[in-house]
Amino acid sequence: MIWRIEIQEKPGIFDSVGNGIRHDILDMGVASVQAVRVVQVFLIEGDIDARKAGRICRELLVDLVVQQYTLSDCPVKARAHKGLSEVEIAYNLGVMDPVEASTLKGIHDLGISGVTAVRTARKYLIEGDLSPKELDIVKDKVLMNKLVQHVVKDPSDSFRSLAINRKEPAAPGLQPASVKLLGLSDKALIELSKKGQLYLNLDEMKAIQKHFSSLQREPTDVELETIAQTWSEHCNHKTFRGNIAYTCHEDGQETTEIIHNLLKQTIVKATHTLNKPWCVSVFHDNAGVIRFDDKFNVCFKVETHNHPSALEPFGGANTGVGGVIRDILGTGLGAKPVCNTDIFCFARPDYSFDKLPSGALHPKRVMKGVVSGVRDYGNKMGIPTVNGAICFDDRYVGNPLVFCGTVGIIPRNMDKKRVRKGDLIVVCGGRTGRDGIHGATFSSGDLTHESEVVSSGAVQIGNPIEEKKVLDVLLKARDAGLYTALTDCGAGGLSSAVGEMGSELGARVDLELVPLKYQGLNYAEIWISESQERMVMSVPPKNMERFKQIFAAENVDFAVIGSFPGTRRLELFLNGVQMADLDMDFMHNGTPKITKTAVWSRPAHKEMKAECPVDLTAKLVEVLSDYNICSKEAIIRRYDHEVQGGSVVKPLAGPACDGPSDASVLRPRLGTDKGIAVSNGINPRLGAIDPYWMAASAVDEAIRQIIAVGGNLSQIALLDNFCWGNPDKPDRLGGLVRAAKGCHDLAVAYGTPFISGKDSFYNEYNDKGQSIAIPGTILISAIGIMDDVTRSVTMDLKQAGNLLYVAGVTYDEWGGSAYAATYGVIGGQVPVVRSREALALYAALSKAIAKGLVASAHDCSEGGLAVTVTEMAFAGGWGAAFLAKSIPYEGHANRDDMILFAESNSRLVVEVAPEHKKAFERIMKDVPCQLAGQVLVDEAVFFYGLKDNLCLKADIHSLKEVWKRPLQF
Amino acid sequence: MANKSRVLVLRTAGTNCNVETAFAFTRCGAHVDEVHLEELFARRVSMKDYHIIALPGGFSYGDDIASGRIFANELRVRLGEDVAKFMKDKKLIIGICNGFQILVKAGILPGPFEVGAKTIQTATLFNNDSGKFEDRWVHLKTSGECVWTQGLAKTIFVPVAHGEGKFIPASKKVLDGLKVKGQIVFSYVAADGSKPVYPDNPNGSTEDIAGLTDPTGRILGLMPHPERHFLATQHPFWTRLKKKSRFGDGAKVFQNGVDYVKKNLL
Repeated sequence: MIWRIEIQEKPGIFDSVGNGIRHDILDMGVASVQAVRVVQVFLIEGDIDARKAGRICRELLVDLVVQQYTLSDCPVKARAHKGLSEVEIAYNLGVMDPVEASTLKGIHDLGISGVTAVRTARKYLIEGDLSPKELDIVKDKVLMNKLVQHVVKDPSDSFRSLAINRKEPAAPGLQPASVKLLGLSDKALIELSKKGQLYLNLDEMKAIQKHFSSLQREPTDVELETIAQTWSEHCNHKTFRGNIAYTCHEDGQETTEIIHNLLKQTIVKATHTLNKPWCVSVFHDNAGVIRFDDKFNVCFKVETHNHPSALEPFGGANTGVGGVIRDILGTGLGAKPVCNTDIFCFARPDYSFDKLPSGALHPKRVMKGVVSGVRDYGNKMGIPTVNGAICFDDRYVGNPLVFCGTVGIIPRNMDKKRVRKGDLIVVCGGRTGRDGIHGATFSSGDLTHESEVVSSGAVQIGNPIEEKKVLDVLLKARDAGLYTALTDCGAGGLSSAVGEMGSELGARVDLELVPLKYQGLNYAEIWISESQERMVMSVPPKNMERFKQIFAAENVDFAVIGSFPGTRRLELFLNGVQMADLDMDFMHNGTPKITKTAVWSRPAHKEMKAECPVDLTAKLVEVLSDYNICSKEAIIRRYDHEVQGGSVVKPLAGPACDGPSDASVLRPRLGTDKGIAVSNGINPRLGAIDPYWMAASAVDEAIRQIIAVGGNLSQIALLDNFCWGNPDKPDRLGGLVRAAKGCHDLAVAYGTPFISGKDSFYNEYNDKGQSIAIPGTILISAIGIMDDVTRSVTMDLKQAGNLLYVAGVTYDEWGGSAYAATYGVIGGQVPVVRSREALALYAALSKAIAKGLVASAHDCSEGGLAVTVTEMAFAGGWGAAFLAKSIPYEGHANRDDMILFAESNSRLVVEVAPEHKKAFERIMKDVPCQLAGQVLVDEAVFFYGLKDNLCLKADIHSLKEVWKRPLQF
Repeated sequence: MANKSRVLVLRTAGTNCNVETAFAFTRCGAHVDEVHLEELFARRVSMKDYHIIALPGGFSYGDDIASGRIFANELRVRLGEDVAKFMKDKKLIIGICNGFQILVKAGILPGPFEVGAKTIQTATLFNNDSGKFEDRWVHLKTSGECVWTQGLAKTIFVPVAHGEGKFIPASKKVLDGLKVKGQIVFSYVAADGSKPVYPDNPNGSTEDIAGLTDPTGRILGLMPHPERHFLATQHPFWTRLKKKSRFGDGAKVFQNGVDYVKKNLL
């Protein structure tokens, strides 16, 4: 029988969840909502009587101190009447709900047997006179995402059966379905690629056709799927590794070149040129690995999860975090994650509802969902989210970007893996379901308003606790030396993981051995499912006994699903019948090299025409409240940024814990003072002028943030993340080529090698024939090793009377600046990077900080010097006075607003106590660094212009208020 | 090892502050084992071999149903006799964040704990009024009589990081009992020591309660994380402070536990 339990807060107990939902509804413009109450619904099926069901309520499901419940064995009648609407939302069949499994465990703990299934739902009681149309808005835009949830129309439906394994298991002896490929015309091949969601182009389809012609047979469906996965842009990086015919139009000149393998010619080349001895493993493992101390290495990886986050922000971001953590778990023989960093790009949260492209979610909802998804996974895994950034631009409306990064530590002798012939293939962690089918291929195409229909299988919901269990048990099995290699199940699922591990030896998998969430998956679905929280290992048979014990002690499931027999073939079986037999060499080396065309022309942007305002205070206020610059505290606090206890420089600085830190510093090993600094550089606004300098500026920003907290250039490693539009369009690809060149040149100039990277293409949204492409966006993430974290400095002003220096030269560069944006223009001159000057400056400043001469330092980036100084002032609770004419400046504009708001690279503001003046100046004597201001008791900032005119004066408390207001939710 | 305090740091699926909690006790001179609950169920490890049980923070079983609930039932139903014996032997228990939620939901705090009791909980820790998980530093006023808080400064500075930390007693009688018996050992206060409002009281707790002891003073549960202010450099603005010690405000809590064992149980 089935019991229905409804739980809600007792009268007088504040329903904070309902209150939060009321605010979300008000945000959607539905003003008639007065109150929302949330009712938690449990449906419990099994052979249990009312007494047992009552005990489950009182001892497990209900908190009797604050909640009340009803228990019934029949559907509860809806109470809706005028002024009260009732909406019940449940997960779709097959969508994983971790609460169900936990509830079953909880019931078992009570010693109650006989329960066979649990399902949950949420009922919302909405007070207020909502029209039917408003109620639809509430349902569709606030309460549910129809990709994973549905409105329960008739609660009595759920009383038929909860069990979802209703479909028949695959019949034993089932033969594989072959796909007609041989002899197909070009047109038919393209049609087949499209219909099968293979996302392969004609050349690739023809290569496959040729391969099977030579074998004189048709491929099976699962063979074709496997090849499509392996060759997908997501897994194979065709654009970066293919040939590019690049043309550049600049200053009336046209230059052309053919680039063979852009990745090797730029990013990887920089690393090879630098050849740093502390680079342990670059580009070939799941994450880049560098030396940390005498016992450990650190590894770092940043991934994107853009397409899934566009469709289901919570689930997409959630599994994005889960995925990059698994990358770290799967690096070497398994690393332990020590921190996360997450960077997002959204359209502005005040985007007009009326202008929203059809099928796209509103950016505010995307942002809330993404932040919650990151919070849920990171916090529950116990990995501090220490750092991040958010950029806003309306061109991200259909394609938000979600970058998830994780740093791990790994013992030095554990960084190599090698599958051995005869090893068993073991899959552990989560079970396999129909979730996430076609994720790898789907991210290799544009999104459209139909994407939510055709690609809904690509959306997944994560279960961080399952992954935490996997993390705990893996490190135990690793330290016991029980497996020879491992990798994560990410995009492409088992197909990708097993295919990669067996690329040299070949692999045999018996698909019926894969543990399933429910019956009814066919063999191809089992093979390509992207269900979360799974890892694949190669385990020598002799270790299986010990392996079993360790997994049992940690309560983690695993299954042996095949072996690595040394045949160099990929063979799939279902109940003994062969479903696939592929040549590993063809899979991994058979991709036809494609040549794409790329063109970049220098765009003409006009310089700003406006006169410099006499009083720049209003401009500062405008810039501080720019979404890109304003405080992100409301989001930072949602993340646990201190778990594991390693934090040294936290994301929020100063006595009120609200100043914006530069890099984050932490000690991954408690009890030692060696640490790491983690930072990010990103500014998509610059790409509109020149992607080369956008990339160069991102590198410089990431590095100078590390310099600002007390790091140095001796050991900094970089990661690249390219998010671009459709690379088959020459103008998009042209920008990409330029950005990659910028990465190469700056990495070489700074001596900071790239150790890993990622690309995400097809970030375009097609709506009624219109294509909205994201601005080509590069994120540079940096990790620096710090010998003594107790020498770190933070950005908050420390003491009135201290001296303020500007290190680095300001040029006439406000192209792409926040200040130019206040006039609605891009502006002409993009900030460039003068790396030779910057190197000397950074080296000198690092030395001064290491000697303890610096009280505070802050990176000067978006918003220019005015914002930097203001942030330092209100973070520290002191005022500051600044003289424009004492600031190192090389330009012709001679405008106060240029000096205050230009966004030239390689600049920092530095606070020095008077007693260290001499020593500091001695160290900085050969680099551009000038005394330009002072810390004041008076709690205001004063800027004096080039003619000693007071051009800006404002109280720090009101500036802080302006800066904090935009993103409070 | 025989003359060392022995600490059992209990963990299960979703526990995630075990490493730093173990680090704190180890630094204070204890022998620490981090043990999975399954080991206790399988009787491969026994509570009786330890002097202190520490329930660290995290999201045991994902906070599914309610924070700490499933772990609490496992302590109460599956290990209840062992827990009662442990307490009867005048040994110590500390529960931090999720550990505090577990102690409250098992009825161990405010206590007294009784195996098979009809009423299990006399208080709860519920959703923050803000409706959000929040990580922020708070000031705590110390009071009451508790082994763990001996010699602590009048106010200490430590972080909270939780979404379900609002303390609610089942009745006024329960609350009055806590006051009379001096069981309220930590309360949120504003930086100047005055009555806090949000965010100084980060969750809306009744009477600003942040931590409790049981009537014996040997069990401590608190929402804030003393293990995250064990080292001076964990302070959020240590770069502004004159360097005094390597240790932070929370270190004394762990030292007190270890010292008590040395004095009374070894």
